[in-house]
Amino acid sequence: MEPVLRMQGISKSFPGVRALQNVDFELLPGEVHALVGENGAGKSTLMKILSGVYTPDEGDIQLKGTSVVNAGPKAMLDAGVSVIYQELNLVPHLSVAENVMLGREPRRAGGLIDWKAMRAEVKKLIAQFNLKLDPRTPVYRISPAYQQVVEIIKAISLRSDILVMDEPTASLTGNEVERLFEIIRQLRSQGVSIIYISHRLEELWEVADRVTVLRDGERITTKPLAELTVPDIVRNMVGRELTEQYPVTEIETRDEVLRVEGLTKAGVCSDVSFAVRGGEIVGFSGLVGAGRTEIMQIIFGYLKRDSGKIFIHGKEVDIRSTRDAVRNGIALIPEERKRQGLILGLSVFDNAALAVLDRNSTFGVINFKKLSDLIHRIVETIGVKTPSPRQLVKFLSGGNQQKVVLSKWFVRDCDIYIFDEPTRGIDVGAKVEIYRLMQSLAQRGAAVIMVSSELLEVLNMSDRIQVVYDGRIVKEFRRDEATEEGVMKYALGVAGSVA
Amino acid sequence: MKLDVKHILKTYGIFLAFLLICIILAILSPVFLRWNNILNVIRQSSIYGVMAVGMTFVILSGGIDLSVGSVLALSGIIAAGAATAGVGIFGIVALGLLVGVLCGLFNGLMITLGKITPFVITLGMMSIARGLTLIYSGGRPISGFEGAFRFIGGGFILGIPFPIVILAVTVLIGWLVLTQTRLGRYTYAIGGNEETVKLSGINSNFYKTMVYVISGLTSAMSALILTSRLNSGGPNVGQAYELDVIAAVVIGGTSLSGGRGSVWGTLVGALMISVINNGMNLLGINPFFQLVVKGVIIIGAVFLDRLRDQAN
Ligand SMILES: Nc1ncnc2c1ncn2[C@@H]1O[C@H](COP(=O)(O)OP(=O)(O)OP(=O)(O)O)[C@@H](O)[C@H]1O
Ligand SMILES: [Mg+2]
Repeated sequence: MEPVLRMQGISKSFPGVRALQNVDFELLPGEVHALVGENGAGKSTLMKILSGVYTPDEGDIQLKGTSVVNAGPKAMLDAGVSVIYQELNLVPHLSVAENVMLGREPRRAGGLIDWKAMRAEVKKLIAQFNLKLDPRTPVYRISPAYQQVVEIIKAISLRSDILVMDEPTASLTGNEVERLFEIIRQLRSQGVSIIYISHRLEELWEVADRVTVLRDGERITTKPLAELTVPDIVRNMVGRELTEQYPVTEIETRDEVLRVEGLTKAGVCSDVSFAVRGGEIVGFSGLVGAGRTEIMQIIFGYLKRDSGKIFIHGKEVDIRSTRDAVRNGIALIPEERKRQGLILGLSVFDNAALAVLDRNSTFGVINFKKLSDLIHRIVETIGVKTPSPRQLVKFLSGGNQQKVVLSKWFVRDCDIYIFDEPTRGIDVGAKVEIYRLMQSLAQRGAAVIMVSSELLEVLNMSDRIQVVYDGRIVKEFRRDEATEEGVMKYALGVAGSVA
Repeated sequence: MKLDVKHILKTYGIFLAFLLICIILAILSPVFLRWNNILNVIRQSSIYGVMAVGMTFVILSGGIDLSVGSVLALSGIIAAGAATAGVGIFGIVALGLLVGVLCGLFNGLMITLGKITPFVITLGMMSIARGLTLIYSGGRPISGFEGAFRFIGGGFILGIPFPIVILAVTVLIGWLVLTQTRLGRYTYAIGGNEETVKLSGINSNFYKTMVYVISGLTSAMSALILTSRLNSGGPNVGQAYELDVIAAVVIGGTSLSGGRGSVWGTLVGALMISVINNGMNLLGINPFFQLVVKGVIIIGAVFLDRLRDQAN
């Protein structure tokens, strides 16, 4: 079969970084082609070259046999290539319909927007996927999963025959992922070719036909998935054998560090009570929107609560602001890195140092010498791939940005660490490092909370699991009694029906 | 490594533009490079320059302070009142600075605790401070000061006009605070993404307030220089100064959306405005025309800034 897309000998460098080196990539008609590699391997860069956002230093791109290199984003879009980027690109206060038709709004005579036609068109697209979604809803009101779907609908409405999805499942949970896979299969059957980037390797076999592995900007292999296993792919990605995906250690549990009693906030959560001991890792499972993030933000003093008490080391504390929380030894690693975790225009160093400036300064003057040692060490340990700590965070790959957010809190000695989706967008090798770091925090006597939508991660890393449904803790599992089905049942609100 | 002309232009564009203008003026007018003229130009820029250092903090934090000109007038008139009432030099200075600090504090608290945008609050303060100045002075200037106070605007240290010394020290301190202290780093961070700063356990409201206090303080410093130099505090001084001050900051490459910039750029921006004014005077250009030229230069500077952004 003649490939619809052929990229040949693609190279691309940025100041201090060789992002891609002589990469070949082919896409067959109606194929779902997975693209994997470590953080910073060059996946997103290759796709931005395909979409015309970047021009390659070297190499050729052919669409159905015609060379289109240096054509620019508009031309690539017209030629039928659309990309759903790693970071969603929707306008929050515009409606679903407006977002989908942005820049192509149907007009009536006189240039006025034809709202009726616009909604009808978008409704038709939504119906294709059997979704319950009102085209008039503003985008900020719908869940991340549905936002992802809006991006997909937008891409499809362009009638592209090549669709790139850069980590579409990173912020989705079980059912939503299933939903997305159905959409992908449906598109494939319509003859659309799809490039699919993901760090969740297990899911590749469900949707993809072939896989290409990148490492350090070079193509390592391209093969049908049927001929490979997860360990095969991992070996190609990291260049060595990865012995364990979830490290195991015995950590002695100590006295209770954090206790929450009857935490309530109208419309967000009600009567949430739990406790975490030193040396424990407690997982929080649940669907997107169940209220896990908000519960943690209340504990961290970022959201106000209506009622409820927080105890640290047995003493009640009055937390009214994030500063109070940090002073009481709480750290929160937030879920949305771009909006809440990073300052994109500042350097890796500045971002990683943000939470420890108070501890490394006298009378407000920063002790840079002491601080530099600290930051360099942590950036090294976590493995942030950057040409230098002076690099602006906006130039890092998505996963490396996430590592910077983690660095910020790992450098600060806290008693309680709350991780909200800590491994979102992180590659397999780095995940293991992060799990190890979490364990070392616990080893040190800290109480660790992990909110995660990756069920396997929660099951394997937690000593106990709290399942949250509709703003309440509906079930607690000990490690030895938790199973995938068990947790899922409560997360969906099917079992132990809430009164 | 080859010399990357484009890169150099984009990084140091404003400094190069400044040099270029100086060279052209030096060629066109023999007076331009005379020591006296140079001192004169810098002394003129000191009034804007000192205020612009404070404004740099505000703009870096993602805010704006429109009240600087009126706050200058208020501080100046109070200092003038104190001076004619026979208050000692330290009393005059302390009183003048206190007025500026209080105005800044009001701005900062209203913005952080009142959650009203900087534009609106400082616009209100612009009117309030001007009104208070008129009330206090009854609309008439207050003039005629004793020796010690005259020194601030008119004195020399080692042959260098004292306002220039103040400007140099202010820029230096501004630079040190921005690069070496928490207040400085947080100012950049707040301008970059305030939500992230809050979620890092930092009391961003405190630091945001401080930024307006600094701006009030530098406005008061300029007030002392100007009042002393004119030997008079007037109810109408400082009108439209906010425009030149903001222009100096923006020409200096500080991003109006916050998070990026430096006081060195601001210093060049302030000098640039002064040099252009001086040059056009030397060349005998119609003052009405001068306004147009200044406007073109401001737009040109921001345009340059956008090129730099795109290069990233
Ligand atoms: N605009 C840029 N300027 C400088 N460096 C860049 C830029 N874009 C990407 N890079 C660098 O190029 C390399 C490849 O980045 P890329 O975003 O393609 O990685 P990725 O494979 O998508 O990683 P991830 O899984 O973390 O998303 C990284 O080292 C990154 O820091
Ligand atoms: Mg990427």
